[in-house]
Amino acid sequence: MARSTDSPDGANAVMSAGERAEKLVEVRLNEQGSRRTFLRMLGVGAGAAAAASTGCGASAPTTEEFFRQHYKKLTDEDKKRIFARIEGETLAKTGVRTHISDPPPIDGVEFAYALNLSVCNGSRRCVEACARENNLPDDPEIRYIRVMEMEAGSLEFEDATPNYDREKVPEKGKFYLPVQCHQCDNPPCVKACPVGATWKEPDGIVVVDYSWCIGCRFCVVACPYFARRFNFSAPQVAPEKINPNQGYLSNRPRFKGVVEKCTFCLHRTRKGRMPACLEACPTGARKFGNLNDPNSEIRKIIETKRVFVLNEELATLPRFYYFFS
Amino acid sequence: MHSLYRFTLATLGAMLRGSRGYYLWLLFLTAWIALGALAYLHQLQVGLVATNLVDQVPWGAYIANFTYLVGMAAAAVMLVIPAYVYDDHALHNVVVLGELLAVAVLMMCLMFVMVDIGRPDRVWHFVRFNWPSSMLSWDVIVLNGYLALNFGITTYILFTKFKGEEPDRKKYVPFVFVAIVWAFSIHTVTAFLYSGMGARPHWNAAILAPRFLASAFAAGPSLMIIALSIIRDKMGYPVKDEALNRLRQIVAVTMLINLFFFFSEIFTELYSFKHHAASMRYLLFGLKGHTRLVPYIWSAMFLDVFAATVFMTKKLYVHKNVLRAACAAAVLGVWVEKGMGLVIPGFVPSPLGEIVDYTPSFTEFCVSAAIWAAGAFIYTLLLKAGVPIELGTLRLKKAEAAK
Repeated sequence: MARSTDSPDGANAVMSAGERAEKLVEVRLNEQGSRRTFLRMLGVGAGAAAAASTGCGASAPTTEEFFRQHYKKLTDEDKKRIFARIEGETLAKTGVRTHISDPPPIDGVEFAYALNLSVCNGSRRCVEACARENNLPDDPEIRYIRVMEMEAGSLEFEDATPNYDREKVPEKGKFYLPVQCHQCDNPPCVKACPVGATWKEPDGIVVVDYSWCIGCRFCVVACPYFARRFNFSAPQVAPEKINPNQGYLSNRPRFKGVVEKCTFCLHRTRKGRMPACLEACPTGARKFGNLNDPNSEIRKIIETKRVFVLNEELATLPRFYYFFS
Repeated sequence: MHSLYRFTLATLGAMLRGSRGYYLWLLFLTAWIALGALAYLHQLQVGLVATNLVDQVPWGAYIANFTYLVGMAAAAVMLVIPAYVYDDHALHNVVVLGELLAVAVLMMCLMFVMVDIGRPDRVWHFVRFNWPSSMLSWDVIVLNGYLALNFGITTYILFTKFKGEEPDRKKYVPFVFVAIVWAFSIHTVTAFLYSGMGARPHWNAAILAPRFLASAFAAGPSLMIIALSIIRDKMGYPVKDEALNRLRQIVAVTMLINLFFFFSEIFTELYSFKHHAASMRYLLFGLKGHTRLVPYIWSAMFLDVFAATVFMTKKLYVHKNVLRAACAAAVLGVWVEKGMGLVIPGFVPSPLGEIVDYTPSFTEFCVSAAIWAAGAFIYTLLLKAGVPIELGTLRLKKAEAAK
């Protein structure tokens, strides 16, 4: 059941009391050793039992995690140590061997995304591919991409719905508009964060340091694109679904109480690959590339098509363009 | 140093000793606090899933209460300004009681923020302050500063009186004036948290900060009228009728201003029928069959209007109980109108047009009730020590003689 009532498969947006109670029990059961974790939070038995229960569904900080510095203060040595520790924790907890890297932004590259609304058919393949690529939990369900079924002839979200039947798409008189983080050049979320846990990288990607976020959700409130997601409970990813290729600032294990969002798959794109959502798109509606490269496809689209951005009047300067062909 | 030690002992002693009614009252509050503590432990274990918040409505009861209480803390200036700026003698002997209320209420504010954040273990991350760009970092500064000012001023006054001396106006009045400006700043900054959000058209209005101040200066003094009446009745403190009347005059004006601001906002939103009037329509009439807030906001407006009517009508406000009922109505009406009545419509519809109704969960209810109980607990203790010092019955000489 979706926490963000993020229900691509048509689940009702509002939970009944019964469902909620059921889910709470489930969460409780899933959270093995919650008493121990709580004791650890109070500082009892810190360290010793720490390693075992962190990883993907972590619920309380280990001593190391508790005192971990902000990402920008970490030396290469620190990173090596931290990555090895996280990999070890995931292995101990799930039996999956993961590899965490931290690819830096590439000099002279600024990423941008364009989406052709004329061909998007609302299949939501991008949503699923994104979930698997980024180790998004199914319980509680978190999805970075939200595909809105829009009334033809209108860009009014009030008449749109994300809860449509994907078996029936594309429906007559509708078109489909996927929304994810727009990686704004003037991001209101970054401005809002009281502790500097989220910032814009030189290649334009807005990232979150999951180990620094205090979970106040001011960024969630500030985002005009509904792009940020909060971990209302410990995220659960089934071991067979874990993507072992992980980036520290993107799809590494997250934990309860922090905010996360789309990172344009920076662990792929900074190594020259395409984002998972683009590769999964059956219609070729998604285009991605380097804005600074005059020969790139994205540059051609922006120069030749009549592109537009959402909420232009807010001057957020998104790097996510839409167009009709 | 010695006298400070004596002061601490004597005040703590005063807090611990009391009648049976006093203990029963504290026990009652403790029961609520204990219930809320259990609920909060549950929330710590499972996460904020224990609340009814979702990504579409990421703030709820906790932040609504926080917003309201910041105003209550700021409202202490409605006693301070007449007393210190206009030298209104009727209010002079109740100023300290108002400032102590501000101290208790600010502690409630900080508690409401703490229970709202997902990672309370990381509050130390504020070492890396995103100042000045984040309004939340401003809020942390101004709230703690206001707490320090009020705590410092009241402690100085009570400590000096405890020693049997007259407080030196040169030493504390400058801080009182700083605190006056500061009081406006805490509620302005809290309003700016909301009004600075381009993403939320319902809040993104210049009227918000003035409206916050007006409603705070209506609800705050109303609460003080109730509190001062109780202090007079239960603790034998000489609160002058004149003082209560002055406060009544203040709320008569501020409540009208508050209603006028709210009306201006409603008019602007609804008459132009702008796209972003959806939140206002959701609040007042419901949107696409979602009408959860409608009964609350209309009740709140009824309470506000009732309070304003009583405050202005001599035939009504001369009756002690009618006046107190009006005060309670103002406190409650503003709590609904600028608590959940302001926070929730900001999220409905969401930026992608979704409508998600929100009602606090049982956990949120218990935790919120506990923080209110904790506030009452703190204020009771502060009064228990502060009132006898102001009355002159708790003095250093007496404490030493007793030894």
